[in-house]
Amino acid sequence: MTDTVATAPDMDTRKTGRLALLSEFWSYFSENRGAVVGLWFFVFICLIAIFAGVIAPHSPTEQFRDALLVPPVWQEGGSWDYILGTDPVGRDMLSRLIYGSRFSLFIGIIVVSLALAVGIAVGLFAGFMGGRADTIIMRIMDIILSFPSLLLALALVAILGPSLINAMIAIAIVQQPHYVRLTRAAVLTERSKDYVTAAKVAGVRPLRLMFHTILPNCLAPLIVQAALSFSTAILDAAALGFLGMGAQPPTPEWGTMLAEAREFILRAWWVVTLPGIAILMTVLAINLMGDGLRDALDPKLRRT
Amino acid sequence: MFFYFLRRFGVLVPTFFGVTIASFAFIRLLPGDPVLLMAGERGLTPERHAELLKQFGFDRPLWQQYLDYFFGIFQGDLGNSLVTKKPVLEEFFTLFPATLELSLCAIVFAMVFGITAGVVAAVKRGSWFDQSIMGTALVGYSMPIFWWGLLLIILFSGILKWTPVSGRISLIYFFPQVTGFMLIDSLLSGQKGAFTSAVSHLILPTIVLGTIPLAVIARQTRSAMLEVLGEDYVRTARAKGLAPSRVVGLHALRNALIPVITTIGLQVGVLLGGAILTETIFSWPGVGKWMVDSIFRRDYPSVQGGLLLIAVIVMIVNLIVDLLYGLVNPKIRHTGG
Repeated sequence: MTDTVATAPDMDTRKTGRLALLSEFWSYFSENRGAVVGLWFFVFICLIAIFAGVIAPHSPTEQFRDALLVPPVWQEGGSWDYILGTDPVGRDMLSRLIYGSRFSLFIGIIVVSLALAVGIAVGLFAGFMGGRADTIIMRIMDIILSFPSLLLALALVAILGPSLINAMIAIAIVQQPHYVRLTRAAVLTERSKDYVTAAKVAGVRPLRLMFHTILPNCLAPLIVQAALSFSTAILDAAALGFLGMGAQPPTPEWGTMLAEAREFILRAWWVVTLPGIAILMTVLAINLMGDGLRDALDPKLRRT
Repeated sequence: MFFYFLRRFGVLVPTFFGVTIASFAFIRLLPGDPVLLMAGERGLTPERHAELLKQFGFDRPLWQQYLDYFFGIFQGDLGNSLVTKKPVLEEFFTLFPATLELSLCAIVFAMVFGITAGVVAAVKRGSWFDQSIMGTALVGYSMPIFWWGLLLIILFSGILKWTPVSGRISLIYFFPQVTGFMLIDSLLSGQKGAFTSAVSHLILPTIVLGTIPLAVIARQTRSAMLEVLGEDYVRTARAKGLAPSRVVGLHALRNALIPVITTIGLQVGVLLGGAILTETIFSWPGVGKWMVDSIFRRDYPSVQGGLLLIAVIVMIVNLIVDLLYGLVNPKIRHTGG
C-alpha cells in the first residue's frame, strides 16, 4: 500500500494519497477493538507520565517516617493520604508508580530509537553492499542472536556498570539485530524492483537511493517490530532493575521497586503487586497496539 | 538430507568462532585489567601484580592469548572460577541438569496447553471462547515473569501453603544424583515422598518459565491452524465426510504444526533467558542463578565460560530444530534454506 506513495506522479495526488492511506490505515486498525483499547490506555499512560508532577500527591522519594508500610485506603489501617499505601521506608506508592511511568516510557523510546536508527543504517548498508560486507555483518548479528537476550544484556551491563542508561544501551544492542535483519531482507526484495532501477538510471546517489527511495517502502515491518520491541524493552529493563542491574534505588522504576519490595512479599502484598500490575498493563497496552498495527500494515496477514 | 545438514552446520562454524571471540573479549572489555579484578578490593603490590600478569599470560599479545583460550576450549578448559577455584566447565555441568529439567518441564507444559488452546481457538474462531483464549495469551505474552513468580509464591506458598517457596526438593531427603534430574533421581531413590516433594518444588517454576512460551505457541498454533483450515485439501477431507475431529486432528494439525515447531525452537533462547529470572526467584540451583550470582560476585571467568556454553547450547538446539524442520518439510531441504 505504501507503493502508492512512491508511484504517485505529482505532489497533489500525493497529498490526498497520504490522507487516504492514513484513513485506510485507521479503518483497519480500528477494526481490532483490542488495538483501540490499547491505544487509549497507552495515551493515558503517556499523559500520566507527562503530568506526573501535577497528578502525584507526594514526591516519589520523600520518606514519611511515621507511615511505613501503610496499606491501601480500602484496607483496614489505610488512609486517604496514601491511596495505594506506602512502601517499607514510607514513600507513597501511588506517587512512585506515577513517576515510574516516566521511566518506562523513556526506556521504551530511547531503546527503540537507538536500535531502530542503528539497525536501519546497518541493515541498509548490508543489503546494499552485498558481498563480503554483508556476510560479515550478518554473521555478527547471528552471534548476537545466539545469546539469550536477557543474558547478553545482563553481561553487557556487568561490563558497563549497573545503571539505567547502561541498561538501555545494553537492551538496544541486543535488540538491534532484529532491525538489521528486517531492513536487509526488505532492501533485498525492493532492490531489484523497477522503480529502484529507474531511480538508479536517473542518477540518484546511493545515500538518497537508500534512505529516500527504498526505505519508505520497507517501513511496515519495521514499525510493527518497533511496537514489539518497545514492550520487550520495558520488560527487559524492568527485569534488569529487578536483578539489581538496571535503575538503582531510590529511582521509582517499576522493576527496581519490585526488587526492593521482594522481602516484604508475604507481609505487604501491595508493594509487590502494584508495580507488577503497572508493568503488565503498560506492556499489554503496547502489545495490543502492536497486534493492531500488524493487522493494519501487513497486507499478507490481513487477507487471512 | 545429509547435504542439508552439512550446509546448516557450515553456517554454524563462523558463528561459533564469533561466539568464542565475543566471550574472550568479554573479560577484556571490563574496566581495569583482569588481575586487578581477580585481586578484588584487597589490592596488590606492583611486583605481585606484574608476577600475576605473567603467570596468567596476560602480558603476551592478545592474539596469542586468544589462541590459547580457543584451543583450551577444545580441551574442556574454560578457566577456573575465582570463587570456588573449581573448573568452570565442571561447575556448569553440575548445575546444568537442574536448568535442563526445569526447561524441559516448562516447554512440555507450554506445548501441551499452548497447542491445545491454539487448536480450540482456531476451530471456534470468533467465539467468545476464542477471544478469551487469545486475550489470556496476550496477557501471558506481556507478563513480567519475575513478578508472576512472586504472585504465585504469595498465593500458593504464602496463603494456601500448597507448595514450597524455593529449592528443588525438601532437605529431609538425601540421595545420590544419578541423572541429575530430580524427578528421576527421587524415583530411583525409592524414598517415600521424595518424588512428591520434587514435583511440588517443580510446579511453580515450571508454570512461571512456561508462561511466555505457552502464550507464543498458542498464538502461533491458532494462526497456523486458521491458515491450514482454509486450504483446499481440508475442504476435500470435509467433503469426503470425514469426522470433524479427524479433519482437524489429523489433516490440519499435522501441517499446522510445521511452523509451530520453529516457534518452539526459537523459544529455547527465551527459556534460557527466562531461567535467569525464574531460578533467581525460586532459588533454583541451575545455571541461570549461577550466572547472576557470578556477575554479582565479579567471578568473571565463570561469566565468560557460562556465556560461551549457553550460546553453544542455543546454537546446537537451533541446529536440531532446523534439521527437524527439514525432516518434516521437504520443501526446505531441497531449496536454498
